[in-house]
Amino acid sequence: MKKRARDSDKKHTVLVIDYGVGNVESVTNALRYLGYSYSVSSEKEAIRRADSYVLPGVGAFAEAMSNLKERGIITTLSREVLKKRKPLLGICLGMQVLADDSEEGGMHKGLGWIPGHIVRIPTRANIRVPHVGWNQVRTRKQKPLFSAIPKGARFYFDHSYHFATKKTHIAATCMYGTEITAAVQHGNIFGVQFHPEKSQNNGLRILRAFCEYAWTHPGASKK
Amino acid sequence: MLSKRIIASLIIKDGTVVQSIGFSQYLPIGSPEIAVEFLNSWGADEILVLDIGENRTKRSPNLALVSALSKRSRVPLTVGGGIDNVETMRQLIKGGADKFVINRMAVERPEIITEAAAIFGNQCIVVSIDVRKTKDGRYEAFIDSGIGATGKDPVAVARERARLGAGEILIRSIDRDGSKKGFDIDLVRSIVEAVDVPVIAAGGCGHPQHVLDVFQKGKADAAAVGNMLHFSEHSVNTLKAYLAHHLPVRLDTYASYRHFGFDEHGRPLKRPDAELEKLRLEYHPKEVI
Repeated sequence: MKKRARDSDKKHTVLVIDYGVGNVESVTNALRYLGYSYSVSSEKEAIRRADSYVLPGVGAFAEAMSNLKERGIITTLSREVLKKRKPLLGICLGMQVLADDSEEGGMHKGLGWIPGHIVRIPTRANIRVPHVGWNQVRTRKQKPLFSAIPKGARFYFDHSYHFATKKTHIAATCMYGTEITAAVQHGNIFGVQFHPEKSQNNGLRILRAFCEYAWTHPGASKK
Repeated sequence: MLSKRIIASLIIKDGTVVQSIGFSQYLPIGSPEIAVEFLNSWGADEILVLDIGENRTKRSPNLALVSALSKRSRVPLTVGGGIDNVETMRQLIKGGADKFVINRMAVERPEIITEAAAIFGNQCIVVSIDVRKTKDGRYEAFIDSGIGATGKDPVAVARERARLGAGEILIRSIDRDGSKKGFDIDLVRSIVEAVDVPVIAAGGCGHPQHVLDVFQKGKADAAAVGNMLHFSEHSVNTLKAYLAHHLPVRLDTYASYRHFGFDEHGRPLKRPDAELEKLRLEYHPKEVI
């Protein structure tokens, strides 16, 4: 009996962090569809126990940061992600909060886990902001997120701001007037500007790739 | 390159998907869950669900239904109908909606757009403007599924909504709704030229050429198509295959119809017999994700 209990403890769990601005249900629907076990919480204890994280996000930057602060989970989460190197995938706004700061609705500080700034997409002729719809992604780093993605695949974007960062952190880009960051990665921290949970099969492939990566790179042991 | 979006639009009345004609007559189609399931797998770029309820002026969004639909949709789900406060929006997003559509609320309390944008971001807020042509040929914005006249010019309304923080404008022509006569190109174009945010055209689509026209002549960013998608298999893929000859569209479903010809109704033509003969023994494995 005891052995079995321990086995189930080892089961890899993805924690979808519910901080009040995420489209949590959309993300969990996709994870369920893929057959991964996940939990949803914003409790410190749950964060300590989880093996990897998905930080969803739909909303405004300031609201997201203040919600994270309000729940008092930033310290816990940074210890798990930065020190123990547990994998984290930020989606849309969940990726943007990883930056140093954002100019959305005044300047606001972000988590600063991936160096860079969140800036507004420049409006030009025929470039409408927000950038809404299915855009083709050009991959810069195939592994691990984009390894199963065919060339010219389209993903669903819906945002007015994007992640301006150094080339070394960019995993994929797309063209919308200028080149826009579509995905970032920095060690065990990943972020996608598009919505993989809403991008049909290609999006599911991204989520699967992240879960597979998290499974094989669990970070430091729990103790 | 960003592709033009085909938004499958579902009008829901008393829990049933209906075909809407002129915002006044409704014919039942079937279960919303099944409609979403099909439209999702047939390649719709987005699904728009407008719950018009039993009563046009007093209604509230059906959270349970939104949540059930969201489970079946791997594409963005936009919901509308009876949203009247920020708390409801929060619940809808939590329940699996990705964006919401408002109309009456934007008329009654325009400042709520700014308030909601500060919480959910502009990209989350779609403002619908329902338009009817008056007898003297002017356009006028309506609320409450076309019964409440506002006396306002839709172009001015669109400009104002975008300024307040709307992320997209959904422009619905009441006169063309269910008519199969094609989108109101002039109306759509006037809105597109007035705002910097994406514009979704709705009302009147009956043929793939209508969608092409609203993209090319009306300059719309997205087309909401309702009735036309309900009555044939793979309706979204075939519509997109028609468009793919002229425009960038997302066509990555397993049945793409990309190399098909089309008849005068916009339906795919049968392939030549010799070709079908060759295809007969081909094995198509199930797609692995």
